[in-house]
Amino acid sequence: MRTELSIKKLRSDFVKKVEELSGQSLLSCNQCGKCSAGCPMCFAMDLLPNQVIRLAQLGLEEDIAKANTVWVCASCLTCSVRCPRGVDLGRVMEAIRLVTMRKNVDYLDAVKISTATLSSLPQIALVSGFRKHTA
Amino acid sequence: MELHYYPGCTLKTRAKGLEDSAVAAMAALDIQLKEIERWNCCGTVYSLAEDDLAHHLAPVRNLIRAKEQGADRLGTLCSFCYHTLKRANILVRNDSAKRKTLNDFMEEEADYNGEVEVVHLLNVLKDEVGWEAVTQKVRVPLHGLKVAPYYGCTLLRPQEVAIDQVERPTILKELVEAIGGEAVDFPFATECCGSYQVVSNPNFAAQRAWEIISSAMRKGADALVLSCPLCHFNLSERQSELVQRYSDFTGMPIFYFTQLMALAFQLDSAVCHFGLERADPLPLLKSRNLVS
Repeated sequence: MRTELSIKKLRSDFVKKVEELSGQSLLSCNQCGKCSAGCPMCFAMDLLPNQVIRLAQLGLEEDIAKANTVWVCASCLTCSVRCPRGVDLGRVMEAIRLVTMRKNVDYLDAVKISTATLSSLPQIALVSGFRKHTA
Repeated sequence: MELHYYPGCTLKTRAKGLEDSAVAAMAALDIQLKEIERWNCCGTVYSLAEDDLAHHLAPVRNLIRAKEQGADRLGTLCSFCYHTLKRANILVRNDSAKRKTLNDFMEEEADYNGEVEVVHLLNVLKDEVGWEAVTQKVRVPLHGLKVAPYYGCTLLRPQEVAIDQVERPTILKELVEAIGGEAVDFPFATECCGSYQVVSNPNFAAQRAWEIISSAMRKGADALVLSCPLCHFNLSERQSELVQRYSDFTGMPIFYFTQLMALAFQLDSAVCHFGLERADPLPLLKSRNLVS
């Protein structure tokens, strides 16, 4: 796979938005991989959490958008409490989700949830699912 | 002692067994849980974005209700509610600019500055009641019941809201032992159950349930004990399906910590609402002579 790096991407609005929304400095990450080592959802992820941070550092928004990682993140904050560089990765994941959802793009299509599923899910699941996966 | 208390939505429906057993068990320990009036949903998840103040309004409003009703502390049971209320309270206390914006927005309410302390009932039990006092109320020790404490995420992370040590919590183990049960340590005790992924990606949550319960099975546990209604749902809802899919998987009942207390205190078992459980605990409890 050929990846094009450029100053333009490095200084793109995407990087700025993610840093502003998350309150985190992406360049603090030195790619040790501890976040991915402890991530309970990484079995289902296209890209590991540390790979998403690397792509974000480089401003490669489209590559992140192609992966399911930020949507599969369960905000368990294991990475956030273990990061030796103090990066709150849970906030970075949230920021990337919001960059997409604020373009009015939902990950979860509420209409497609069956009536049976809707009636079985407790409120706590529905409210948190909609909060994390819909604009 | 009276303790103001915030139940949260799910405790009024699927997790009735958590609320009713808690009220009864705490009453047995002379703590009257007083539900605050006019509470609303806490929002379930704490907003992690710097500019998203709107989602802090729901938890802060609940804290204001508690303050209006004379509470200096607010007890919680649901792990999600505890987490969201506790973090919103910390935000209000520490961030003066955001506090001002939130207070300015809420016209009807008096300004809130973080006066109420948010506590989880497990901390009340450990730090104020004490395990010895809990043990004194036990009429049917849970001898022979091997229970694996499962903490999940929101009681422990981040550090500022942790009810115990983040990586090596022991508070549920201490409770289980105080009521005569055998606590089983297992490596998935603080790992995520899949949380809200159950809505968008239910199979990922089922995979987590299989991994977590299988690990507890390997350690010889009869059941899991926890405090979170979402963990409870994720870990119990798909068990019958997992039993069919994996030949070595038998599943296990999932208890709220307050249900085990109610059993040990020999309170009316109706408060446990075992009829709402997807992983039926009655065969296990009957085999240990804990219910008739």
